[in-house]
Amino acid sequence: MTAVLSMFGYLGRRFLNMLQWLGDATTLCLSSLALLFARPWQGKHFVLQMYALGVGSLVIIAITGAFTGMVLSLQGYYTLTKFGSESLLGSAVALSIIRELGPVLGALMVVGRAGSSITAEIGIMRVTEQVDALEMMAVNPRARILLPRIVATTLSVPLLVAFFDMIGIAAAYVLAVHLLGVNSGNFIDEMVAKVTTHDMNTGWIKAVAFGFIIGVICTYIGYRATPTTEGVAKATTQAVVIASVSVLILDYILTSFFL
Amino acid sequence: MIRGEKLTRRFGTTTALDAVDIDIREHATTVIMGGSGSGKTTLLRLLAALDPPSEGHVWFDGEDLAVIRRKRLYELRARMGMVFQYSALLNSLNVYENIAFPLHEHTKLDESVIHTMVTMKLEQVGLRGFEYLMPSELSGGMAKRVAFARALAMDPDVVFFDEPTSGLDPISAGVIATLIRDMTQKTKMTSVVVTHDVQAGLAIADHVVLLWQGTIIAEGSPDDIRRSDDERVRQFIEGRPDGPIPFSRSSTSYIDDLLHSPGTVRMT
Repeated sequence: MTAVLSMFGYLGRRFLNMLQWLGDATTLCLSSLALLFARPWQGKHFVLQMYALGVGSLVIIAITGAFTGMVLSLQGYYTLTKFGSESLLGSAVALSIIRELGPVLGALMVVGRAGSSITAEIGIMRVTEQVDALEMMAVNPRARILLPRIVATTLSVPLLVAFFDMIGIAAAYVLAVHLLGVNSGNFIDEMVAKVTTHDMNTGWIKAVAFGFIIGVICTYIGYRATPTTEGVAKATTQAVVIASVSVLILDYILTSFFL
Repeated sequence: MIRGEKLTRRFGTTTALDAVDIDIREHATTVIMGGSGSGKTTLLRLLAALDPPSEGHVWFDGEDLAVIRRKRLYELRARMGMVFQYSALLNSLNVYENIAFPLHEHTKLDESVIHTMVTMKLEQVGLRGFEYLMPSELSGGMAKRVAFARALAMDPDVVFFDEPTSGLDPISAGVIATLIRDMTQKTKMTSVVVTHDVQAGLAIADHVVLLWQGTIIAEGSPDDIRRSDDERVRQFIEGRPDGPIPFSRSSTSYIDDLLHSPGTVRMT
C-alpha cells in the first residue's frame, strides 16, 4: 500500500513539475512575443539569426533530403512493382515528402543542428553573465536573445522544408528515371495530378508549427539552464530530446487534423 | 542615492541575506567585503535590481526598484554600470563594439562621435589600440578593463563592481583598483565594490561594509575597520583560519563521519 502511495506521489509531483514547466515556458514565450513590434525593432537581429540558423542548416537539409528521396524512390518502386503500379511512384514520393517526411525530418534536422546550438549559446551566455550584462545595459534579453531566435526558427523551418522537399523529389526523380527505368512523363504527370494545394498547405502549416515549437523549447531551456558547464550540457541534451519528441507528437496531432 | 532596507534573500530554505540595511554614499566608493558565501554578491545583485529581494526594498533616488515597471527600471539603468566578475563581454563583438554597445542601443549619436567616446574610454583604461581584438583574445585583466570601459560608456552615476580583482595577478589587480579609485574621484561617480581582497578593498574604500553569514557585522571607514576590536573583523582582515568565523562548515562530527563512512572496517 505504501509503495502504491509513494508511486502516486511520485507521478503527481512529476505531473505538477511538468505543468509548472509548461506554464513558465508559455509565460516566457508570450512575454517575448509581446515584444515583437516593440521599439527599438529587432529586425536586424531576426535577419542575422535567420542567416545563422537557416543558411547554416542548408547542407544538412540537402543531404537528408536527397537520401530520403532516394530511399523513398527505391522502397516505393519495390512495393509498387508488386502491384504493377510503378507509374504511381512520382505521386507516392511527392505526397510522402510534402505532407510528412519533409516537415518532420527537416524539423528534426533543425533541432539537431540549430536547436542544440541555440540552447547551448543561450546557456553559455547565462554562465558568463552576458544575459545579466544586457539587463544592466537596459537591453531586454527577451527581446534581444529569445525573440529573434523564435522568429528565426519559425520563418526558417518552412523555407528549409521547401528546400528539403525540392531536393528530395529531385533525387527521387533522378534515381527512379535514370536507374530504375521509370518513365519520366509518368513520374511527373502523376505527381502534378495527385499533389493538391491542400497537401502543400498541410506541409507548410506543419513546418511553421514545428519551427515555432523548436524555437520556443530550445530558447526556453537555454534561458532557464543552470548556469554551470554541467547545467548547459544537460540543458542542451534536454532541449534536443524534448523538441524532437514535441515535433513528433505535434505531427501526429496536425496530421489527424488535416487528413 | 541607493538604500537597501531590510534586504532579505532566500534560496529555498537557505537565507543568503538576512534583513540587511545599507546606505550607499554618493560620489564615494563603498566596498562590501566578506568571505565566500557571506552574501556579498547577493547583496550587490539586489542593489543593482538584477534579482528581486525576498523581503525588503531597494531605493534608488527615492524609487523602489522592486516595484517599478521595467521601462522605468531601464531608464534608471541608463544611470548605472556594472563590471561583472567574469567581465561578461558579449563574445560575438570585439572590444570597440562591446564598449560602443550601450551607446548604439540608447543614443542616436553619429558613429564618429561614438568612435571618439569609445577612444576616450579606452584611453582611460589604458587599452587604446586594442579596439579590434575579440574577447577571447584578451587576458583576464584586459577583459576587466574593457568591461570597466563599457560600464563607463554612458557616464553613469553609479557603477557596481563584482569581484573586480579576483583571478588577476597583483599588477593587474592593482591597475584595476587604481582605476576604480581614480575614476570615482575624477568623475564624481558612486562606486559599489564587492570583494574579498582585503588589501585592495581597504585601499580604495571610502566606506567599508563587512558581511558574515548574510548580515552586516561591521561598517565604517577603512581605518575604523582596521582598528575594530570585533574578533570576526580582525580574523577576516588578518586572514586567520582560527577564530569565530569557522573555516569548516560541517555540521557533523569528523570522527562520526570517519567511523560511519561506507566500507569502514569495524574492529571488535
